Amino acid sequence: MINKLVKKTLIATAVATTMVAGSVQAEGHSEEITVVSWGGAYTVSQVEAYHKPWMAATGNTIVSDDYNGGLAEIKAQVMAENVTWNLVDVELSDAVRGCDEGILEVMDHSVLPDGDNGVPAAEDFLPGALVECAVGNIVWSTVFIHDESKIQGVDGLADFFDTNKFPGKRGMRKGAKPNLEFALMADGVEPADVYEMLSTDAGVDRAFAKLDTIKDSMVWWESGAQPPQLLADGEVTMTTAYNGRVFNAIASEGKPFVINWDGQVWDLDLWVIPKGAPNQEATMDFVKFSTGTKPLADQASWIPYGPLRKSSFGLVGSFHSDASLDMAPHMPTAPDNFKRALQNDFEFWADNSDQLNERFNAWLTK
Amino acid sequence: MTTANPSIDQATALPLKEKLARTTAIQRRRAFLLTLPLVLFLLISFVFPIGQMLFNSIHNNKVSGVVPEFTTAIQKWDGQGLPSEEIFEIFVKDLAKAKKVREVGRKVGNMATRINYEMPGSRSLFTKSGRKVGKIKQGPYKEALIKIDKDWADPQVWLTLQRASYDISPAFYIAAMDMKYNEAGEIVKADELYQIYLNNFGKTLWLATLITLICVVLAYPVAYLLSVLPLRQSNLLMIMVLLPFWTSLLVRTTAWIAILQTEGVINDLLVYFGVIGEDGRIQMIYNQTGTIIAMVHILLPFMILPLYSVMKTIQPTYMRAALSMGSKPFYAYRRVYLPQTIPGLAAGTLLVFILAIGYYITPALVGGQDGLLISNLIAYHIQKSLNWSLGAALGTMLLVVVMLLYWVYNRLIGIDKLKFG
Amino acid sequence: MTGETPLVRFENIQKSYDGETLVVKDFNLDVAPGEFVTMLGPSGSGKTTCLMMLAGFEPATQGEIYLKGKPINKVPPYKRGIGMVFQNYALFPHMTVAENLAFPLEVRKVPKAEREDRVNKALDMVQLGAFGGRRPMQLSGGQQQRVAVARSLIFDPDLVLMDEPLGALDKNLREQMQYEIKHLHEQLGLTVVYVTHDQTEALTMSNRIAVFEDGIVQQCAAPADLYEKPKNAFVANFIGENNRLVGKVTAITGDKVEVLSDNGDQLVASKVNVEAVGDRTTVSLRPERVFVNPEASSVDNLFSAKVEELIYHGDHIRTRFTVCGHDDFIVKVPNSTANSLLQEGNIVPIGWKMEDCLALDA
Repeated sequence: MINKLVKKTLIATAVATTMVAGSVQAEGHSEEITVVSWGGAYTVSQVEAYHKPWMAATGNTIVSDDYNGGLAEIKAQVMAENVTWNLVDVELSDAVRGCDEGILEVMDHSVLPDGDNGVPAAEDFLPGALVECAVGNIVWSTVFIHDESKIQGVDGLADFFDTNKFPGKRGMRKGAKPNLEFALMADGVEPADVYEMLSTDAGVDRAFAKLDTIKDSMVWWESGAQPPQLLADGEVTMTTAYNGRVFNAIASEGKPFVINWDGQVWDLDLWVIPKGAPNQEATMDFVKFSTGTKPLADQASWIPYGPLRKSSFGLVGSFHSDASLDMAPHMPTAPDNFKRALQNDFEFWADNSDQLNERFNAWLTK
Repeated sequence: MTTANPSIDQATALPLKEKLARTTAIQRRRAFLLTLPLVLFLLISFVFPIGQMLFNSIHNNKVSGVVPEFTTAIQKWDGQGLPSEEIFEIFVKDLAKAKKVREVGRKVGNMATRINYEMPGSRSLFTKSGRKVGKIKQGPYKEALIKIDKDWADPQVWLTLQRASYDISPAFYIAAMDMKYNEAGEIVKADELYQIYLNNFGKTLWLATLITLICVVLAYPVAYLLSVLPLRQSNLLMIMVLLPFWTSLLVRTTAWIAILQTEGVINDLLVYFGVIGEDGRIQMIYNQTGTIIAMVHILLPFMILPLYSVMKTIQPTYMRAALSMGSKPFYAYRRVYLPQTIPGLAAGTLLVFILAIGYYITPALVGGQDGLLISNLIAYHIQKSLNWSLGAALGTMLLVVVMLLYWVYNRLIGIDKLKFG
Repeated sequence: MTGETPLVRFENIQKSYDGETLVVKDFNLDVAPGEFVTMLGPSGSGKTTCLMMLAGFEPATQGEIYLKGKPINKVPPYKRGIGMVFQNYALFPHMTVAENLAFPLEVRKVPKAEREDRVNKALDMVQLGAFGGRRPMQLSGGQQQRVAVARSLIFDPDLVLMDEPLGALDKNLREQMQYEIKHLHEQLGLTVVYVTHDQTEALTMSNRIAVFEDGIVQQCAAPADLYEKPKNAFVANFIGENNRLVGKVTAITGDKVEVLSDNGDQLVASKVNVEAVGDRTTVSLRPERVFVNPEASSVDNLFSAKVEELIYHGDHIRTRFTVCGHDDFIVKVPNSTANSLLQEGNIVPIGWKMEDCLALDA
């Protein structure tokens, strides 16, 4: 196992060296950048697959910091003209909104390297992964999970809303997104029609009406680490959760959790550079490195978040600590998991999150 | 005769005053220098931010900053139908310029966000049009813009733009009071489904009152015990009272969760002793009950300490005197002991109540859905929705409520009588 | 007096706080109606404890207290109808003077009009007519003291207890208040049980004084008796100034005791607290009962004494002699021309009468 790890790191390092040799290192002095992500198993995957090889190759240092998402800290830093974060891992809707508001640097996608198979970056990345101010790195998903040792026979998203069939509490992320989507899909709306329906008052009413049916059983979580804990404590019978964290609870801690992929809502995570951040040359170098074919595939061996380069798909191997555990089937984009999936519509949420969250908050407290 | 005296007094009075002033001036200057660091600190860390907050709550230049010339033009518009071709032209050109600027705060997204507060769903109208507007090279601008998106033909967009073009506006207070502009531009109550802030203010005040009352009921006997017990025992008790102060918030929160959750210690005990059935486990956390329990726990010392410091000074002879005069113990307590504890009670109540209505972190951690207080909504707008102006308006309203309370309190009890211990 | 039922009777009272030591050991005392009885003793002697037991704030560990012939051990303090003045006055700081005075009446549901009337009378009685609207903190110590006294009297209690009520006042005020309380006692015919550690105060005010020491009443008697006829050395020492000469009893004839002092001088004294020849004894003698240059026939004891120190006191000269082997023998010499010739170092004859000189326990 360790051998394999070492080998991987060596390969990564070798690749990295060839890639970055002559750029930053040639300047002869090392730089330090602060890279901010969501913490927990996800950050670990990035540190192992991106940070360490890049630091080894360039002699630069990365300080890893955690946050809970959103644009608040970036905005505060940019407004105060005291930007200490060099690179941040954000959701698509935040990448777009931050770009519109001018608090993110515009990224030049032409400098991104070709895929290992020679396909140019613009074609190698999945559609939507390259936006004005950001470069995508992974696909992640919000799914719902249950504890197989306590209940069996869960079949589809409708069961999440059926407290007669499966009595007990339900956990959901506090906020309108993506609970309204889940509610409509559970109510029989096809993924393709969800956002069209949510654009009408009737559709929003229908989503809230569905949420109403389990409101009394609801436990709300805010950080990604909470739902697996709530389930482990028996506080909830089922809960929505980020697929990566759940997988790690299952694979590393042996929890008897089951991921239900029906009605999953998937989204992208992207790298963004706050406006006016220092060391942008070194930062871009890290962006180029980390979104290369090999590092993207490597990080997927630490957590099942799908790489955004097509050229990485074939390279996704097994779980870093268990060679018998193939990662590919656990990705949100694996064909079996992707039967009834919905991509989060960043534009819909950019337009409506203020209003829908207001209504959601009002609904919560009534 | 004796008439000379007043004039002599007057003649000598001034020099004496001056002499006194001169001798005390140095002392006063020195005293001022000593307080200068604090004055500066308060200015920078307190007065300035609060001023900034007040300013933010009524000032928002996200429209005038992005499309300055259009701002001047639209303010002259009479609001009938659609604006003139001329205004359209200015708008298109301003928008095209805004697309090119690099300066944060002048980007189109800022305006889009601002308008979206009042016209939900309009955000992409601005951001999308902003990207395409550079292609319009010549008039008629009205048609060209409407061709990019037919929503530009909606007079509401322009009315909203006109309203938002004023930097100083009550819009955020209107939103904070669950109101909105209707299509005719009048201020009306928001749809019931979107009313949240006033209810939450009410709930916050009610919860803070409840928490304060529970604190009074719990703290009074403890403080009394502390004041009468021998030193060794009272020290031990005091440590127990202060323990929550010394414990990290996260440790405390984890402890509450372990104890209060449905699979937690209390529920396990209740089930074990057969008080409740396995299905009847009580929800004590992630709801209002959790908020109350946790906040009472945190705020209890703020009630106990002022009470204790006052009770410590009340001689036992007062009660004895009352008894010796024929008063029954309860009457003596009510007429003699209780009134003397009022300063401590007042201080504790004020402290706990004001802390409670502004409390944020505990309800956020254990409040669940119905245990959220107004400060959580403020935090939501500062940290999540990034609607700082609305957050500032809510914060200002909270500040006003606190000041009002303080004023009422001063009227009823007198701030000079407070004893914080 | 002796024929009536006593107003207060302490019967074999014992009190212990910790279950190990007794702070009051077998206390017995009768207080007749109209009497002013003082419990006098050093601090920690048990006098305040006795007062608190009488007021009902402390239970007696053993024994029974009677009020007007009825046992009151089980009667709570608020049903005893005893007025009390506390050491620090215990005036309620949140009430005005008038409200303080009205409190006992309010408790007794006295109608408002009558209440006001009685409060005004009480204020007049203590010469504070204009101060009814003030808070206690706005009054001087003496004024507070008067209010406290007035408050303890306003409901016409049968008995008033005073626990070192003048302790916080300065000397002049204290003396003035002593007379005022004394006059109130006489005018109103009050029964007062008074606690103090100040013997002058006790002598000035009381009908009878109980001298406490170590939980036991050493002597209970009228002030003059205590001073003139102390039963033992502690009382003699505690009440007033006295000179002590120690020695051995060599002969007892009726009331007359012959004592050989430790340095070999022979003196005669009155028999008070000695049993037999050979007992050790302390001979007690008041400084004002010693004469300088007396006629030999007018005194029973006559010695040559050396003047050690003269302290000028105005009306008298406090003179320290060495006599009978003691160099701390004090004599109050009247400041008259006859005595103006005393000089330090002089040897002068001094003498005193047998009846002024008491042979007490060693």
